Parts: sequence; structure tokens; C-alpha cells
Amino acid sequence: MSARKIGETQADDLGSAPVLQPIRITKSGEDNDKKSANRRLKDAEIAVPIAYGTIAFYLGRKASESQSHKWTVYVRGATNEDLGVVLKRVVFQLHPSFNNPTRVVESAPFELSECGWGEFEIAISLFFHSDICDKQLDLYHHLKLYPEDESGPQSIKKPVVVETYNEIVFPDPSESFIARVQNHPAVVVPRLPAVTVENANEKERGDTKDHPLAQWFMNFSEADELLKLAAARQQVQAHIVKLRRQLSVMDGPPQLSKPPSGYECT
Amino acid sequence: MDAKDILGLPKNVHPLTQEKKSRPQKDSQRKPDGISREVYALTGGVPPLMPSVDTSQLKKRPPTDEKVTWQWLPFTNSARKDNLQLYHWVRVVNGVPPTGDYSFAKYNKSVDVVRYTDEEYEKFLTDPMWTKDETDQLFDFCERFDLRFIVIADRFPSSRTVEELKDRYYSVSRAILVARAPSPGDVSGNPLVKEPYNVSQERERKRALSMVLSQTKQQERKDAEVIAEAKRITESRMVAQSADEPELPVASNSGLENAEKAIVLGDNVSPSSNAQLPSAAVSPSTLIADNALTLASLRMLRVYLRTYALDQMIQAASSSAGLRTIKRVEQTLQDLGVNLKPRVPTKAVCSEHLELRKEILTLLNLQKQLQYKEAEGSSFRDSPYETPGTPKDRMFIPDSMSFGGERVGKRDQKRKAPGRLTEAPSSPAQSKRPRKLKASDL
Repeated sequence: MSARKIGETQADDLGSAPVLQPIRITKSGEDNDKKSANRRLKDAEIAVPIAYGTIAFYLGRKASESQSHKWTVYVRGATNEDLGVVLKRVVFQLHPSFNNPTRVVESAPFELSECGWGEFEIAISLFFHSDICDKQLDLYHHLKLYPEDESGPQSIKKPVVVETYNEIVFPDPSESFIARVQNHPAVVVPRLPAVTVENANEKERGDTKDHPLAQWFMNFSEADELLKLAAARQQVQAHIVKLRRQLSVMDGPPQLSKPPSGYECT
Repeated sequence: MDAKDILGLPKNVHPLTQEKKSRPQKDSQRKPDGISREVYALTGGVPPLMPSVDTSQLKKRPPTDEKVTWQWLPFTNSARKDNLQLYHWVRVVNGVPPTGDYSFAKYNKSVDVVRYTDEEYEKFLTDPMWTKDETDQLFDFCERFDLRFIVIADRFPSSRTVEELKDRYYSVSRAILVARAPSPGDVSGNPLVKEPYNVSQERERKRALSMVLSQTKQQERKDAEVIAEAKRITESRMVAQSADEPELPVASNSGLENAEKAIVLGDNVSPSSNAQLPSAAVSPSTLIADNALTLASLRMLRVYLRTYALDQMIQAASSSAGLRTIKRVEQTLQDLGVNLKPRVPTKAVCSEHLELRKEILTLLNLQKQLQYKEAEGSSFRDSPYETPGTPKDRMFIPDSMSFGGERVGKRDQKRKAPGRLTEAPSSPAQSKRPRKLKASDL
């Protein structure tokens, strides 16, 4: 599984784009990235950015005791690309009070809608295609129905949205996986220009770009955090430099002021 | 039965049979009043009265046919040269006193000190440093004192060191031995010939020993530290040599691929040690060891979440830090306005986050070192030898710079309230330390 098969050259490194790429193949030869620095000569890792969570609407007049909210739990690509290329199916494990609490979703979009009144933890199990990985990956999400500020009656129009960003990492992707994913329009290979494919005609789109709930999807931008982290690191580094200077200053004088007698016998 | 013995009552002729008969009687008789027998049995009950070994039989001696008497008889000791006759008790069997030498005479051992004739002295043993008289006296002493050179040195009229005396004695013995031997081959096996006494080596050895003995505690500590550092460095070198990867651009080379060796390295070191440079060089290597180990284990997984990977790496990086330190790191992160768990955990964000945490750890360690140094400094200040004036002034400056009046000691760690930094550039509170920064600081 040499990296050369993908057509990557040695010296390049992935510049961190301000907008997330749906699936990233990163060559491990990046000097800046301490995580992969030790795997310089090893294979590339494939990362799939996802967002998962729940959107819950209050039913208002139509609400009953047992069904006060309508909510949807889902797993989507972080930039709304089709996850069907890696996910074979997703299993949502609901509270046992639901009928058939184990809900299996076999195709994109990987989501599930239900009505209920209670908040509980939903277990989301991701199953990948057989050529990718035979182990499942489990996520957990707490279904939130009630908004933070309880001032006034709940709005029917504004849902309670809780999303989590994460990345699925395949540290050792197989050749077939790389080949298959590489040609996917959602995949960006760093050294090649992004491939855009017109798929407006496809009826069976698995992406969530035009999803009815898309307006509520959160935007995850790493730029913010990167900026903050960079600033924080700068500050800390400056402090470290100062402290080191102080320490070296302190090491100097005490040698001179130490009395020749008494303390240490040679 | 023992009670009867003590009282001097007549013993039973057949004690065994008697005991068997009396035991069941005694058992039923001994039921205690007040509680039932079963309850009493729960507490251990009545101990069996018959001992497993018949004690009365123990004291009997085996019957013998001999008639043994003890007599007060005189004796002589072959170890003595003066034929002194003393008396002692002798065990006489059937009227025959024991024969043989005094039993302790065999312990009278002595050293075979070589005796040379004057002729031999003239021929083989003359030495510019030693007169014949002195040599004779030396040998006399050696015989008297059984080669106890310390005593000999003490009593020797002219002041000679133990090494000199030993040297003279051994070289003389050696020379005599070689001279008297019919052929050199005969004596080549003799230890005197095979390994001659080496004066300079002995002097060196004793000096080294006395140095070790007279080391102060501080020196001992320093030596232990240096040895530990050397061990670490050699270990890291070993690991580096066995690794496949190219070396990372760090002070101490450690391109680690071998997970087992990484564990060894990771377990050993705590970053806080007094020696600055070596520790600065070593701690990155152990951190990288931990990282490599975590990376290796992550690669074992077919799939994992970025946040999981970050958590593992954070754990690895903080493996050497205690719980309090980890809490301080988190507090610092909060003060800097950074989420403890990144909201958008991309690869870049996670790696930056990890680096930030490591840097905060370094910062905290440096703070601790500074505190420690100040503690040492203040102890110097209090010492009676301290001259007032310049040294004191020098101590003050770091104090006020870094702690803004905070006392040296453990108080820093217990503070719950975040310390606010009043730094000239407008940035949020950085770390826990309160700092009254001087303009010269920035």
C-alpha cells in the first residue's frame, strides 16, 4: 500500500483549507502534524468529516402527553456530501420504550425521525462497507427536546438543534478503498484539482445539500478554533521563553553568592 | 498430668490407657454452665486435654549401661608453651578418663611468616628504602601480630604507611619464595608470585573508598541524578539505533517505532528534575515515546474517531503529570479561551490542541522549577554565612517578576480562583500565575 499508487509526491503537505473537505486523504509526510510525524513513511490515512445529532420540533397544538415533540436523529457529511460511499448502514438504538428500538437505516441519508416526549441517549452505530472496515464505530448522542432558555412557550418554528462534529479516521486504508473513494466527487485529493461532477439529474442523491432540514444544519469551521489555538500557543510560548530566561538568570548569581565554606564539603 | 509432675505426685504407669479412659469422662464433665454445649463448641469449645506428645516421656534419658561420673582432673594444653597445668571437670566413663589433646588446642592457628637468614638478606632482599633492622622488625611484628598490618603500622617505630609495610613484606616473601624454589615453575602457582602486591593500585583504591565514604548527601544525590540521566540517554540511544524510522529533529534522537522500548522509555522519566538541559533534552524524547506508542496502538484499530485519537494522545502526553497538574492545564486552557474539547476536531485543530497542551505542561513545569529554585535561593538567604547586600538583591528580582509577591511554596497549586494576568497586550487571562509584570519584562 505505497503512497505512490495514489499519485502523491513526497514533499507536499496538506494546507489546512478554511472550509472542510468532505473526505481527505492526508499523506503522512507532514512535518507540522505531530500526530502523523512518526508515520512519515507509512500509508496515508483517510478521514471522513461528519456531523451527527438531533433536531427537535415542538408540536405545539398537535402535541399530546406522549408525543410532544417530533425529532430527527441523523449522521451526515460535515459539508453535506453523501456518506453512502463509506457507510453501509447506520443503526440507531432508541430508548426501549419505543417500538422496535433498534432502527436500521440502509442508505443515505442516514437519519431517523420519531415522535416522543422524553430525552434520552441515542446510540448510533456506523457500519462500513466490507472493503473499508468490518468493525463498527459507535457514537452517542443525547436527544435534546427542550431549549436552554425556558422563557415563554416553546416555538413551533424554531427547533432545538444539537450537532457534534467529528472525523472518522481510517489509519490504514486498503487499496481498493482508496481507489473507490478517490474517484468520488466528494473526495479531494490534495495534489489534484477538485473534481466536481454534475449530479443534479440523479434522483438517488445521498447527499444532504438540499435536505429539508438543511437550513438548521450547523456550520463547522475550523478556522475559528485554529486562530484561537494559534493565539493561545503564542502566549504560552512567550511565557515559556520568559521563564527560561529567568531560570538561566537565577542559575548564574547563586554560584557566586554561595559561600566557599560550610555548605558542601569537597 | 503436668500438674502432678510439678507437685511431685506419683506418675501413672500406663499413662496412655489411663488418659483414654478418662478423656470421655472429662469431656462430658466439662460442659460449662450458663451456655449450651453447642454454643460453647462454637467458641472453640473444650480444648483436648491430652497432648499429642507425651511430655513426661520427653525428659527421660535413654537408658545406658555405662557408669558415668564426673571428676575434677588436671589437663595440659598443647597450644601453650609453658606447660601450665589447669584443672577442669571431666566426664569419666566406667573409670576411664578421656584421652587426647585439649579440645580447643586445634584452634591455635598462626600465619607462616617467612624467616630469612642474613645470607639470604644480603643476596636477595636489600632495598634502598629499608634497612635490615627495619625489615627484621617488620617480620617480627608480622609474626607477633599475625599479619595485622594496621596494628603493625601502629606499633612500628618509624612512621610507615600500611601500604609501605605491606609492600615490603610481600615483596620480601615473594623474593624468598622465588629464591628458595628449586625451579621457577614450582612456585608460579603460588599467589604471592602470581599476583604481586601493587602499591599504587592499593593507594588509589583506598583513596577512592574514602572518598565514597565521605561523600555528602548532596553529592550523593547529584551522582544518582547523573547516573540516571546517563542511563536514560543510553537507553534512548539504544532505542534510536534499533528503530527503522529516520530521526526526528529533536535534541535527543528518538525516531521510535518499537513500541515495547517506547513503553520502557515512557515509564522512566518525570520531566521535573533539577538538571535543566538534560531534562529538557530527555523529556521531549519520552513524550515522543508516549506519542509513538499511542500512534502505534491507534494504527492497530481499523477505524476510530478523531476525538478518541486526541484523547489518547492527550493521555499519553500527560502520563507523567499528576491529577493536579492536569487540572491546572485545563484551567489554563479555559483562561486562554480555548475549549477543553475542540468543537471542530479536524486533524489540524487536534494537533494544535495537543501541542498547546504540551506547551502548557512545559510552562507549568518551568514554573515549578522556578519555584524550587527560589526556595533554594531563599534558604541560602537564611543561611548564617550569607553576607548581606548583593546576593539578596539578586534574589529579589526574580521573585517579584514571576510571582508578584506570591510566597514560595505549595500555595500556588491549591488556588482555585484563576489568576488574572495584567499584560500590556490586550489578551484574556493566560495562566494561573498572578504576575505584576514590569515593562522590562515584555
